[in-house]
Amino acid sequence: MMSLRRDELAVAGSGIAAVALLSLLPLLSDGFVLSFGVNLMLYAAMCTAWALFSGPTRLVSLASAAFFGVGTYSVALGLDSLPFPALIAIAAFVSAALAGLVGAATLRLSGVYFVIFTLGLAELIRQVVAWSQSRFAHKMGLYVFTDFTERDLYWMLLALTTLVFGVGWLINRSRLGFALRIIGDDETVARHVGIATARAKIVLFMTSGAFIGVAGAIVAPRYAYIEPQAAFNPMISFLVVIMALLGGTRRLWGPLVGVVPFTIVMEFITARFPNHSSVVIGIAFLAIVYLLPEGITGFIEGMRDRIRRRAAARTGIEAPEAIEEKAA
Amino acid sequence: MSATVLSIAHARKAFGGLVAVNDVSFDVGEGELIGLIGPNGSGKTTMLNLISGALRPTSGEIRLAGIRISGLAPEKVARIGIARTFQLVRVLPSMTAIENVMAGAVFARNRLWGSPARDFAGGLLARVGLTGREGSPVAAMTYIDQKRVELARALAADPRLLLLDEWLAGLNPSELLIGIDLIRDISREGRTIIMVEHVMDAIRTLCSRCVVMNSGVKIADGAAAAVLADPDVIRAYLGDDDA
Repeated sequence: MMSLRRDELAVAGSGIAAVALLSLLPLLSDGFVLSFGVNLMLYAAMCTAWALFSGPTRLVSLASAAFFGVGTYSVALGLDSLPFPALIAIAAFVSAALAGLVGAATLRLSGVYFVIFTLGLAELIRQVVAWSQSRFAHKMGLYVFTDFTERDLYWMLLALTTLVFGVGWLINRSRLGFALRIIGDDETVARHVGIATARAKIVLFMTSGAFIGVAGAIVAPRYAYIEPQAAFNPMISFLVVIMALLGGTRRLWGPLVGVVPFTIVMEFITARFPNHSSVVIGIAFLAIVYLLPEGITGFIEGMRDRIRRRAAARTGIEAPEAIEEKAA
Repeated sequence: MSATVLSIAHARKAFGGLVAVNDVSFDVGEGELIGLIGPNGSGKTTMLNLISGALRPTSGEIRLAGIRISGLAPEKVARIGIARTFQLVRVLPSMTAIENVMAGAVFARNRLWGSPARDFAGGLLARVGLTGREGSPVAAMTYIDQKRVELARALAADPRLLLLDEWLAGLNPSELLIGIDLIRDISREGRTIIMVEHVMDAIRTLCSRCVVMNSGVKIADGAAAAVLADPDVIRAYLGDDDA
């Protein structure tokens, strides 16, 4: 389990190849496709980071906008005095600290209270930032002027997504990952086998929050002008949840399967029907929860298991061999 | 009696006005297999929950091998060396049998990880009679096999004290014999066990000593045969007329 298995090496190899291919995108195209690529990478990073925590614990967090906004504001406030990498580090640190506070306050609560608290938190921070800006700075927003091009942002987000996947993979192989699966199954059992459940959940929520904060910091230069309504937009939280659920949160790469089609659809919707995007998001949310509760990946895996079981029942031999024989 | 593993001194648990456990004291020696019995609602499971840390005693003190465990969280108590099974079997439904058992080996006293944990868990599955079932999803297992997995998970922690909460309940007669043999074997290996049980045959066969509770109070404590013949105990179970 601790050493690399052959299939793990294969996955790692194809992962590296995929990252290498994706990093070529800005060289092939700029303009629309690149801008679309930035959106895609942004949500790929955020949804995967979200699912790091919400997948195994099954606690739906609507605080993504809070972390995203904290990251964005870290850059906006510090751009004149500090280098960009330092601001990224600050964004990660502040988001993790915020997640730690929220976690310590709420993770002892059960599901629905946690959801409402995280939603309320994001709104609260937005209001506080808006209020303090108008009160002390007498303006609504901040300018963010950098030399970064879309290409630079794309590469940074690609690196972030790769990092999230790397960390997620390491967590899954670790005691922490195993602990979280046990917590997701039965928290009482988890405690009685010696898992400090609150601490495990807080550590993971902080990791997840830090990554979302960094995503916000990286795309801050894209907005040029940052105001609370955009940086802490609750739509960010909802989009992250919907995309991750569409893909499925049981696997590390599950959310990615949801991010690609949904980003394409959103691109189309916002271009054609700019005033109706929230209606579309609402309908999509209902459809996903009703039709694909385990997401696309969960649905496919469920189908595969059912076919295998049926094949095994018919032929009476071990299921995987039966499938392979039919395929051959 | 050999060295004391568990010592309970004046344990009391009140839920508002209801006193579920009232001033109960007893000691458990190394390697003992103790039956904790009593009619429904007598406070046996509450007593077990006090020992495992699921509940905090209102007053009194519980020590495991000299370390005070009363008032500690269940994960701390588990790490000091108490493992348990649950009255209604609790397996980890999304996992395989071997992963369920590994859960017991990774975080508590043993702290194994990787292939040592897997090998150890595999050995315990064989120990409870589930050889070759390592990869089976527990959700698809029968009730007795789930109970076996749960027992193996508790053993995987290498606990100083094992708590079995009606582990034999719900088994059919032939399964019951298998279950009794299994507990006897585990006890013979020197494991210290407290079992809450309603199956009197099992208590008679297995336990050298019994603690009897009624309405939250300890009413008898001694050799199983003597305790089960005690008029107070019979009265507690059957009412005045039969004593």
